[in-house]
Amino acid sequence: MTLAVSCRNVSKVYDTGGQKVTALNCIDLDIAIGELMMLVGPSGCGKTTLISVVAGILDQDEGICELFGENLRNMSSKDKLNFRARNIGFVFQSFNLLPSLNAAENVSIPLILNGMKRFEAERKAVTVLEQVGLGDRWKFLPSQLSGGQQQRVAIARALVHSPRLIVCDEPTSALDHKTGRNVMTMLKDVAMHKERTLVIVTHDARIFDFANRIAEMDDGHIVSVEGIKAKDTSLNLAS
Amino acid sequence: MNHIALKMLMGDKGKYIGIIMGLTFASLIMTQQPAIFVGLMSRSYSFISDVGLPDIWVMDAKVQFVDDIKPLQDTEIYRVRGISGVEWAMPMYKGLLKVRLTDGTFQTCIVVGLDDSTLIGGPPVMIEGKIDNLRHSDSVIVDIDGARDKLGKPSPLSGEARIPLQIGDTVEINDRRAIVAGIAKVTRTFQSQPVIYTTYSRAKSYAPKERKLLSFILVKAKKGQNTTELTRRIRTATGLAAYTQAEFQELTYEYFMHNTGIPINFGISVLLGFIVGAAIAGQTFYNFTLENLRQFGVLKAMGASNLILLRMILLQAVLVGSIGYGLGVGLTGLFGFAMRDTILAFKFPWQLLLFSGAGVSLICIFAALISILKVIRLEPAIVFKG
Repeated sequence: MTLAVSCRNVSKVYDTGGQKVTALNCIDLDIAIGELMMLVGPSGCGKTTLISVVAGILDQDEGICELFGENLRNMSSKDKLNFRARNIGFVFQSFNLLPSLNAAENVSIPLILNGMKRFEAERKAVTVLEQVGLGDRWKFLPSQLSGGQQQRVAIARALVHSPRLIVCDEPTSALDHKTGRNVMTMLKDVAMHKERTLVIVTHDARIFDFANRIAEMDDGHIVSVEGIKAKDTSLNLAS
Repeated sequence: MNHIALKMLMGDKGKYIGIIMGLTFASLIMTQQPAIFVGLMSRSYSFISDVGLPDIWVMDAKVQFVDDIKPLQDTEIYRVRGISGVEWAMPMYKGLLKVRLTDGTFQTCIVVGLDDSTLIGGPPVMIEGKIDNLRHSDSVIVDIDGARDKLGKPSPLSGEARIPLQIGDTVEINDRRAIVAGIAKVTRTFQSQPVIYTTYSRAKSYAPKERKLLSFILVKAKKGQNTTELTRRIRTATGLAAYTQAEFQELTYEYFMHNTGIPINFGISVLLGFIVGAAIAGQTFYNFTLENLRQFGVLKAMGASNLILLRMILLQAVLVGSIGYGLGVGLTGLFGFAMRDTILAFKFPWQLLLFSGAGVSLICIFAALISILKVIRLEPAIVFKG
């Protein structure tokens, strides 16, 4: 099995006003290329910290976390930025679209960061927006779109530069059940293929059936990692 | 990423206008107040500027500025005429005399007495009449601002503006009749007193009787003469002070700078404008960055380097700075235009553009710097916080 993410003994402690809070405690986790892994668990269990370390936007205190065989911690800041810009796409809970940019401009940002010219990037952004069903709304500002549409724009932004890993933080928590499932279906259809890995942090038990595997976290540990059969949402999560 | 930076900046119209208004205010204060200051200071030597013909001004050695009259004996003029390199030397009387108006009130005026034969040192621009009219008996030329305002006749209707003094009107200077024979345009003086031109001999008859009444000797250098060398020769030969026009202006300017509170007062205004402008613009710009911190975090998470974000913030600062500066300078220009015919002193030399430009740049650099520090220290993991 080729690994997209390999974490060994990863720990992270936050110092909050003199008080030490252990967010990650000796985490071991492997995620295969082409896999859709969900990180679940109660609030404060360390899911967001783990996804931040996996995405290379937060350094762990101890342990090794490799992304496609690369240890980001050993990279210079510039190399890490370039690696992130090329290989990782982000989908956030609150969409985090830039409110003054239209949908196409928002989607084009990763391409521009990877050196593509603005107009070419926006043209490509429109084609990706078409894939997520928003081809006719590329000129719309985020405020002119519904929550589900904004999340689809965010997904298009995460996909546009063909990253190898997409990390999603609570992608459906701001959406109603039907819209959430639609977004997940669309995400799985458009984003998933054998070369791409998805890591999704979620509380939303209604979307567990989209995962290949679910890692349950509690108190900075991974409590269990289980494969999911279709429509199996029986994990007992206190959220 | 430049277009993204600009769209981020202009996305929130209220904040965008707020930043620009802060910078406009700062730019306005930093340009308008110094322009008034420069205008006021240039008035201190406006009388010298208006007398354009002579190259050198000769006066008592103890004179500190143009209004500090220490009269000379009339015979001094002959000593100056005898110095090699002097083309001509003419007398000038300058003094403050009380003028009795037609309604019986008194107004202190600057009375200037010009050489009877050549009338050298007369007003720069005649609006009505000719300078030669001074050759008529009892004639005087009055400056237009004085004629309209302080020397004007009271209106028969209460509350109405004064009726301007006109050619043919009569006033009394030291109990002697003076007939207005011309109206001239002169640059307003520091104290904004009306200026009355007459001949040297007539001015002496107006002035209180004193042994010495010659205020200045106006000297023209012969063609090809080095004026600095000639002033040195005049000083050596006569023991009097001799200055080129520029040197006399500088002497007067320096006196007002060092012996009045004007520079400090205006300096405080400009400093306050700078501080208030910096506070408003800096705070608004910093708040703008703070409110967009998550957006910068998103960009950082997606791979935007600190250098890219720094360039974006600098571009935003340069844009708002340029617009604020342009508006401030433009408003100052409009202010100056609107005040051009009023008593307000206002002068807008190009150096002021550099001064206020540097001030606004400093504010923008300060505002951008504190914002940049915040963005550089920003952890991109902020984007995963709800």
